[in-house]
Amino acid sequence: MSATPHLDAPQQAGKILLEVRGLTANVAGVQILKGLDLTVRAGEIHAIMGPNGSGKSTFAKVLAGHPSYELTGGTVLFEGRDLLTIEAEERARAGIFLGFQYPVEIPGVTNSAFLRLAYNTVQGARGKDELDPLEFDDFIREKMKLLDMDPAFLDRSVNEGFSGGEKKRNEILQLATLEPTLAILDETDSGLDIDALRVVANGVNSLVRADNAFVLVTHYQRLLNYIVPQYVHVMEGGRIIKTGGKELALELESRGYDWVLDEYKAAQHAALNSPVNDSEDNPGFPPRPPFPTPTSLV
Amino acid sequence: MSTVLEQLVNKPYAHGFRTDIEAETAPKGLNEDTIRLISSKKNEPEWLLEFRLKAYRHWLTMEEPRWPNVHYPKIDFQDIIYYSAPKPKKKKSMDEVDPELLRTFEKLGVPMNERAALAGVAVDVIFDSVSVATTYKEKLAKVGIIFCSISEAVRDHPELVRQYMGSVVPPGDNYYAALNSAVFTDGSFVFIPKGVKCPMELSTYFRINTEESGQFERTLIVAEEQASVSYLEGCTAPKFDTNQLHAAVVELVALDNADIKYSTVQNWYAGDEKGVGGIYNFVTKRGLCKGANSKISWTQVETGSAITWKYPSCVLLGDNSIGEFYSVALTNHYQQADTGTKMVHIGKNTRSTIVSKGISAGRSNNSYRGLVKIGPKAAGARNYSQCDSMLIGQQCGANTFPYIQVNNPTATVEHEATTSKIGEDQLFYFRSRGIGAEEAVSMIINGFCKDVFQQLPMEFAVEATKLLGLKLEGSVG
Repeated sequence: MSATPHLDAPQQAGKILLEVRGLTANVAGVQILKGLDLTVRAGEIHAIMGPNGSGKSTFAKVLAGHPSYELTGGTVLFEGRDLLTIEAEERARAGIFLGFQYPVEIPGVTNSAFLRLAYNTVQGARGKDELDPLEFDDFIREKMKLLDMDPAFLDRSVNEGFSGGEKKRNEILQLATLEPTLAILDETDSGLDIDALRVVANGVNSLVRADNAFVLVTHYQRLLNYIVPQYVHVMEGGRIIKTGGKELALELESRGYDWVLDEYKAAQHAALNSPVNDSEDNPGFPPRPPFPTPTSLV
Repeated sequence: MSTVLEQLVNKPYAHGFRTDIEAETAPKGLNEDTIRLISSKKNEPEWLLEFRLKAYRHWLTMEEPRWPNVHYPKIDFQDIIYYSAPKPKKKKSMDEVDPELLRTFEKLGVPMNERAALAGVAVDVIFDSVSVATTYKEKLAKVGIIFCSISEAVRDHPELVRQYMGSVVPPGDNYYAALNSAVFTDGSFVFIPKGVKCPMELSTYFRINTEESGQFERTLIVAEEQASVSYLEGCTAPKFDTNQLHAAVVELVALDNADIKYSTVQNWYAGDEKGVGGIYNFVTKRGLCKGANSKISWTQVETGSAITWKYPSCVLLGDNSIGEFYSVALTNHYQQADTGTKMVHIGKNTRSTIVSKGISAGRSNNSYRGLVKIGPKAAGARNYSQCDSMLIGQQCGANTFPYIQVNNPTATVEHEATTSKIGEDQLFYFRSRGIGAEEAVSMIINGFCKDVFQQLPMEFAVEATKLLGLKLEGSVG
């Protein structure tokens, strides 16, 4: 169930898909992201954890291009391309996917029409063949089996009247349909009972490939029992303050976040008092935590 | 915040061209002489002149309605041209119709002559108040259907016009109906005799051409026992900076077991994005279900006009008669719409359905106003009303004014209303799946209007879908 086969084989470092450097962003004049760094390579699964209000969801939305956030600094490269200068729809076509924490209801638009338009738009942008309604129907029904979804969902309005769990399944169905290169799943596990969680996790695991990557934003380590990340990041105050392997999630579960904050503050204090350390690249920011090499995880 | 939404609301009016045709025009202003001039130009019988003069004298005693939720400067009725006709020339066939005129229709996409034949549509074209071409008349005449201009009907079928005109909307019904009754210049007349199902959709395209010429159309449709007809009305007007008044009257009469379906797609000039210019559309449309088991169904898609004031209504007199009203009203920029319906239940077991979808964008204001009245004798009457409003952006308004009067305890009246919003979050959801904002809005709007669009005849439904897209299209980037 928690099998992620690619981890069993010796790993090559995949090519860099996402490179975030010193990202800062405001919403309504308040700074939420305060210098965020993250590198994601092909074949990797990252988990971002952290207390409420630490900026996790903001980061997810900023990556997907939500217009409510004002970007004030830093860079985001996706497959070497500057992501911040292109619109949300272009990002989606380029292979970014955001699984919403609160999927939006769209009355009057059927799920099948929505999925097909999204699929064909993205396919078209990637120079691939579009599917007519009948072909798409076959295609989407296969995907729904994977998620144990009733085909009746196709005829219902997008997310309208769906339970919390159904909405999240619908997000994963869209993920399976669009097959992005980088999927950011924002608290996909919240609101799911244990059976639904397993179905959703199996769905995600079946989509993991050597040439794509996942960033899971979550509060709970239980999701990570099913989708096993190589990296766990702790976010606080709009930046990533600690990075570890999957065991970090377990430690957070048992010990909470305070110790990480204390550790971070101590390190920051030490850095401020050490003229050697803050000389170059990141004045005012903590040194970028070293990434564990993938082999240290297995 | 809503930059994408703000960009979504600007598309130049595609029908803003003007045809240069010499027009014969009456001097501005309204008095009994103007009315006598109109009547004599049209060689009308004495009774019709009397009808006009009576309406005019009544109009003089009336006040402009102030209750609609719309605002505009006072109209100077002496500053309007009440009669304007293309220079009369006898025409034997379509070939003799002014080519400039035909090009105009072509630009509008009016299916006429061959195109009409292909589309299976008979078009009675109204061009600045005078009918210039009527097609399919002969084919329809074979089954006894009369489809012609009101002027021709007055000439050729005076007894029918006299019997029914004013029987649904009396000359003194309201301020604008009285004005129309006094000065109407032309319009369409349809008569479907007993037992005849009209073999094709009948269609009239209205078009206002001369600057500052008010247009006062008069339409009368009569379906005798067991007859049925579907009638399409499409409207466009070129753009002028001064507001133009349009005050039409449409009367429908359905006898026993008759069925009339009346569909409108209205795209008159709405003024520019600052609210300058545009048509004032003050229209009285009413259907009388006179006979038992008769049915009248109104479907309207209102996207144009600076101000719309319009309540297509049904008077359900015959027992078991049915009234329906399906409406999409879209307002953008500074447009104002106060539209809805009246369902007056008089007969037993009468039924009515109201489905109204209002869409407001820009700084527009969109009101639904509807009356459901159940009379004391309307035992077992039923009404179902659904009024949904959708707001696009932050600066528009939507209102619902339902009036319900029930005077029979066995009646059932249901009213449902919703208000929704196309918010940045909905658009972002689409965009995060690769779907651009314009396509997203069009998809949401079409979903919202589905219940109404499926009531439209096929070719109209396609046109309506495109039209809503155009009205909201902008430079999304």
